[in-house]
Amino acid sequence: MLSSQIKSNEIVFGSCNKDLLEEIIFYGIGLGAEFVEIFIENTDNSSLLAEEDFITSVSPSFGRGAGIRIFKGKKDGFVSTNDLTKHGLIRSVSQAIEMLDITDNKREVFNGLNKHRDYSLSKKNWINEVPSIHEISEKLLVSTKSLKKNNKIITRKGSYSRNLQEVIIASSDGTYVSDIRLHQTVGLNVIASEAQYRSSGSRRFGSSGMPNEFRIWDHEKAANDVFESSMNMLYADYVDAGQMPVVLANKFGGVIFHEACGHLLETTQIERGTTPFENKLNEKIAHESLTAIDEGISEGSFGSLSVDDEGMEPEKSVLIKDGILKKFISDRAGELRTGHKRTGSGRRQNYSFAAASRMRNTYIAKGEYSKEDLINSISEGLYCKSMGGGSVGATGQFNFAVEEGYLIKNGKLTSPVKGATLIGEAKEVMPKISMCGNDLELAPGFCGSISGSVNVTVGQPHIKVDSITVGGR
Amino acid sequence: MNSREITTQISKAADFLNLKKWDYGASFSNDYSVQVDKGEAKQLKASQKQILTLRVWNQSNLVGITTTSDISESGIKKALKLANIASDFGNKNESTEFSPLAKDPIKVKEVKTRNPVGIKKLLTLLREAEVKLIESHESIKSVPYNGLSESFFERVYANSEGAFRSYSKSQAALYLYARAEEKNKKPRSSGSVKLGYGADDIDIESCIKEASNKTISHLNYSSIKTDKYLICFSPESFLTIINAFSSMFNARSIIDGVSLSNKNSIGEKLSTEALNIYDDGLHEKNISSTPFDGEGTPTKRLCLINRGRIENFIHSESTARIFKTIPTGHAGLGSKVSVSPDWIVVEKSEENFDLKTSLDHSTYEGEFVYIEELNAIHAGVRASQGSFSLPFDGWLYKNGKKISIESATVAGDIKYLLKNIVNIESNQEVTTSGISPHIWVDELSITGDA
Repeated sequence: MLSSQIKSNEIVFGSCNKDLLEEIIFYGIGLGAEFVEIFIENTDNSSLLAEEDFITSVSPSFGRGAGIRIFKGKKDGFVSTNDLTKHGLIRSVSQAIEMLDITDNKREVFNGLNKHRDYSLSKKNWINEVPSIHEISEKLLVSTKSLKKNNKIITRKGSYSRNLQEVIIASSDGTYVSDIRLHQTVGLNVIASEAQYRSSGSRRFGSSGMPNEFRIWDHEKAANDVFESSMNMLYADYVDAGQMPVVLANKFGGVIFHEACGHLLETTQIERGTTPFENKLNEKIAHESLTAIDEGISEGSFGSLSVDDEGMEPEKSVLIKDGILKKFISDRAGELRTGHKRTGSGRRQNYSFAAASRMRNTYIAKGEYSKEDLINSISEGLYCKSMGGGSVGATGQFNFAVEEGYLIKNGKLTSPVKGATLIGEAKEVMPKISMCGNDLELAPGFCGSISGSVNVTVGQPHIKVDSITVGGR
Repeated sequence: MNSREITTQISKAADFLNLKKWDYGASFSNDYSVQVDKGEAKQLKASQKQILTLRVWNQSNLVGITTTSDISESGIKKALKLANIASDFGNKNESTEFSPLAKDPIKVKEVKTRNPVGIKKLLTLLREAEVKLIESHESIKSVPYNGLSESFFERVYANSEGAFRSYSKSQAALYLYARAEEKNKKPRSSGSVKLGYGADDIDIESCIKEASNKTISHLNYSSIKTDKYLICFSPESFLTIINAFSSMFNARSIIDGVSLSNKNSIGEKLSTEALNIYDDGLHEKNISSTPFDGEGTPTKRLCLINRGRIENFIHSESTARIFKTIPTGHAGLGSKVSVSPDWIVVEKSEENFDLKTSLDHSTYEGEFVYIEELNAIHAGVRASQGSFSLPFDGWLYKNGKKISIESATVAGDIKYLLKNIVNIESNQEVTTSGISPHIWVDELSITGDA
């Protein structure tokens, strides 16, 4: 008997689970659910840490689980479980139905699942193509060795993480999808010290769907970059606080847009009533030089995906075009509650989170200026070469740390400064992004929000903000 | 399988694979939570979770580890095999052993496990709380961030030498973050969090009152001039700072070179002699307490700063062995065992003669900045360098008036901050992360928009 013909009482990855999934969905619809969605995952992860010249941690992990979401009107019940048997899944549906207190007799129609869309067909061998623990450990050790460039470097670390996630998504609108996602990330960190001076440097690199990416990663170039950053900052003075123009570097400089504006364009923020842009569609919210995009389709980028966690293929969404707000980032619940069409942005950390509208690869489009044009236009300000993390508060205030900064005086970069934090409000800062460079580059990152931590890409060319509050000493 | 059966299963599978030495930590939980939006249920959530972290020692006494949520017979076998493979890459420079205290008796507080009240009651309670909070002031228009949850969990540690510890408990949490809006003003938001052993234990009224008062108190706001100010840290904000720089007391961080302290820092004067800091995971007010750590070491009260000087570091088994002391009950099971504090308690010592006791946040009439809550800790703290630059919610007290501060950061250096403590108020307040009085610090930099 072929595996696809076996009527299993448990979800089996790599087999056809259509009958069982339909049975579960029929069960939920029969009890009065308006919509039933099943998200099932099987994970195979591993991470390694190299410190100085030794591997100090190897952590494999694996697991599986299901998240079941039931909608009734605009409210939803979500149940997650590690039990992938028919009994376990039925119990979860029952629990969700009970939570929503569904008692009416109105029944939705479920016509069964559509033809299986299997995005995993070309990806099944990835698990065998990714580097082995031995291979990873050797390259990590070469990388940390490359960081040992002088005796001021007192701490050297290299870390690698690989997440392989196999997913099955089925829902009562007929969606039936399978996919395999592969994310690899590698980071280098140093701490430099001399006398009373201390500095640190770090860089993170990441990819999706590219099993060979770690093998071809240029560790020497990365190590040089991290080393130079820590040396440049070792004797840096604290920045003087105040309002000033700043130039934000490309790549991870894009975190300002991610934090300051991107989050406020997620429909979850409209649902909460916490975005100032709720009623601003087709209105000017930013400087006319600014166009911003969120997409999930750039090959290999950390935030790219073949299909989102609700079974929709990701689209390229132009959020802001020449300063005009054009679109919000939306998921199924967002569409239901706010009316904004789904954009293939329903994402979650894993099965234990309900999907929510989340950014993917989000960046400011390139402009016409060179980096030098931007710096030359400032008589006194700050150049933010490398950014740390950031966050946005409940009223739209954002902040993020500058890891590597330089003063700008009379159009030239001068001394390095540390301790800077950029703070502001999206509504006020967006119109002040007056110049965009022509050197767009992306950088990987992790974004934590309502549906957990997801892989994203931030990016931008060099940009100039006419005035922003710089926190310092 | 229950925890005893899992232990037996692991033991059998380890024998089969000829693995003589192993240990594991596991947690099993059932969680229920609700969120509401203007009286309507928004998302109702339930989850059943299980997680097993398994370590094995190979014949060279190197350790390998695997974590899984698949606690079936086949899942356990697979985890043991993977851990055994990982042990080939075990850390040769720093050995790991069982905690010598893994079989010592543990002090278990009276276990306050409640029965689930159920989603419907959680929803009713939260709906009522949302209504009351919105009705508490005309400017409060919504409660965009809210949630009521209850969790029931069991934690387990066991090893191949017969140690077995298990602990079950329940916990509930309520958070209410209100948003206030007034014409021609920016929206303001603040909130409150309360914990209890069960939903019925949570003081919902005080959570509503606190969220309302805090939100309303920020309605009249103004920018602040960039300058150095006398600062009063709320208990919550001071505990945030201490936790953010707890690597100063963390033996793991010291060994890794990412702490401001070193092996010889015991006895180093960090602050006024009036300052005592303890880590006290078993404190009766700590609702999240667990009686043992990830390695099975009993949790205990430990003095970190005694009369301004570093008294102890927190340890795992391996860091304690390196420092020639005993584990302190602060380990987290992992391939590289982590070390972290439980619950910080800040006190005024008896050596408090140098304090400026006239500085009391409720009576002082001079100019100062009151920091209610620090934000974005992950972005604004450089623990290995000792520096911080953090946005905060707070007020400027000036000429007998207080006005909420709009969009500002406080920046400084942790050692400077500790050395410049000028008063420790007498009354301690219980927060969700520990206990502390109000702490006054002289001359910290504030950056504002004014």
